[in-house]
Amino acid sequence: MKQNGKNGNGTLPVIEMTYREAVKEGIRDALRRDERVFLMGEDVGLYGGCFAATKGLINEFGPDRIRDTPMSESAFTGAGIGAAMGGMRPIVEIMTVNFSLLALDQIMNNAATILHMSGGQINVPVVIRMATGAGRQLAAQHSHSLEGWFAHIPGIKVAVPAVVEDARWMLWTALEDPDPVLIFENPSLYNMGGTLPAEGRPVDISKARIRREGKDVTIITYSASLFKSLAAADTLAAEGIEAEVIDLRSLRPLDDETYVGSIAKTHRGVIVDEGWKTGSISAEIATRIMEQAFYELDAPIERVCTAEVPLPYAKHMEEAALPQPEKIVAAVKKVLSA
Amino acid sequence: MDITMPVDAIEVSDETVPIDRERGLFLLHQMLRIRRFEEKCYELYQAAKIRGFMHLYDGEEAAAVGIISVLNPDDPIVATYREHGHALARGVPMTTCMAEMYGKQEGCARGRGGSMHFFDAERHFYGGNAIVAGGLPVAVGLALADKMQKRPRVTACFFGDGALQEGEFHECMNLAKVWELPVLFIVENNQFAMGVPLEISECVPDLVRKADAYDMAASCVDGMDILKLDAVARRAVAQIRSGAGPYFLEVKTYRFRAHSMFDAEQYRSKEDVANWRQKDPLVSFPAYLKAQGLVTDADIAELERQVAAEVKESVDFAEAGTWEPVEDLERFVYSEVAS
Repeated sequence: MKQNGKNGNGTLPVIEMTYREAVKEGIRDALRRDERVFLMGEDVGLYGGCFAATKGLINEFGPDRIRDTPMSESAFTGAGIGAAMGGMRPIVEIMTVNFSLLALDQIMNNAATILHMSGGQINVPVVIRMATGAGRQLAAQHSHSLEGWFAHIPGIKVAVPAVVEDARWMLWTALEDPDPVLIFENPSLYNMGGTLPAEGRPVDISKARIRREGKDVTIITYSASLFKSLAAADTLAAEGIEAEVIDLRSLRPLDDETYVGSIAKTHRGVIVDEGWKTGSISAEIATRIMEQAFYELDAPIERVCTAEVPLPYAKHMEEAALPQPEKIVAAVKKVLSA
Repeated sequence: MDITMPVDAIEVSDETVPIDRERGLFLLHQMLRIRRFEEKCYELYQAAKIRGFMHLYDGEEAAAVGIISVLNPDDPIVATYREHGHALARGVPMTTCMAEMYGKQEGCARGRGGSMHFFDAERHFYGGNAIVAGGLPVAVGLALADKMQKRPRVTACFFGDGALQEGEFHECMNLAKVWELPVLFIVENNQFAMGVPLEISECVPDLVRKADAYDMAASCVDGMDILKLDAVARRAVAQIRSGAGPYFLEVKTYRFRAHSMFDAEQYRSKEDVANWRQKDPLVSFPAYLKAQGLVTDADIAELERQVAAEVKESVDFAEAGTWEPVEDLERFVYSEVAS
């Protein structure tokens, strides 16, 4: 992290840090602000987090608040839920989304339902962070993008920070939420640098953001696919096509207003989603556009998703399976030629 | 090499505590409340006033009453889908319990939960969990919150013998012990996981021995004898509250009725059920109290009268209760925060 003094306009001071530093700073800040906050998960303490996002925090806050857990996803996720019910503000870290399947009972049957089953008496202010996504040759069991799947569940919120500012500040907003919030971080972003206002403050997590303005087509995306979409937009700009790129930031709730508003302006849309196409969040978004803005559309919505295959290990095969800038460019050209 | 299990941590608890007339009447009253409430529920189920899954506790009442009566009112309780008895023993009003059975908004979960999901935040009753072993991680978390906030509470976590066949049980026993959390794990061993007898589903049907794998203090107790339950629960709770970590209690009990309202009971004989009925705590305990000269038939008749009146009041309350407006359907998915 380094102080940059002023930003390009010479107005607001900004700081520069990596996504990883932002995540850590967010956790550190939360631990300092609120004594009810603690972090638990596999290897968050002595090891420093399997992506080094919590490195050193155990020395600063001690093993009580940076709590290494046994390899028991269901027990420690459920313990986070119970601790939240008991007045704490736990941050549960599940190493990667694939392991969250071992805690799905707790997330779905308890975190998402207890407020409702109790008739509104007992809320569950737990935050569950996990890594998601492919692209690092980790093969079929370590490359899932299941955030859209979790977004199916009423009772939880699903945040997908893509930019460094969101990595830094979404956590605090999530901790202030009275209900369970799942935060999905794509590990391919951890080394990415970015700037954010030095005088940072909590961001809302229910609104999408337009990351690039354009008039010809709307690209709707989230998390690491944002950067592939922005790269595609650069390529398209060189050809005179102005793409508007929307970062959803939250998959539940979805900010219909922002992306439907953009479609109303551009009349053409492409959804980029690292999940599999069938039953995906991209399917949900396309349906909502159809429901809310059908007559605004000049062409059918296109989707760029992961091929319907468990992720292969071999690099060329994995790349072929995932959304890539070229595929996004092709999809945009298709909707523009329709 | 001798590989038999060490037995140091394992004991069959036969101790009892001295009992006086007041305590005797209290325990009997609480068990009667549960029994008569559920008998009425059974009747109301036949009359289609109550629907959904309904699991009765008939025969197991001594466990809830014996254990919960030695807890403090703010000790959290986590129970299962067979939780009517635990809720009543904790002091959740019978009126709101019955209204919940009806699905009325005056119910202890506004009619959103039903028979399997009683909740009462004010009375620290955290459900009513219908996933076998699903409540254990929550109980561990409640205990973690207490330990981290230095509150001297004990979380009582009730579950059935089927829960020991779930991974969550083993994860939670380990986690609670590693972190020395103040949890009392209570397995109500009624000897069937739904209809599967322990002999064909457990390689170690002697359930109390499981605790040894986690180096956890443990006892096994006759769940039909409320005085033994009372004694062992007092000792376990005191030990946990003193900071000695979690405790595992096996309560050997039996449910006299079917698993739920959809169970033809093919897996056990009528003779077995009849034999266990001989041990019914609602027969043996009043007989004991009378033999000790602590209560009379007239006392018992008076208790029955009180309980009948309370049950009637609960039915009247539920009948008079109201249906939540359908417009409210999507409430309670997220907290309602004043903006």
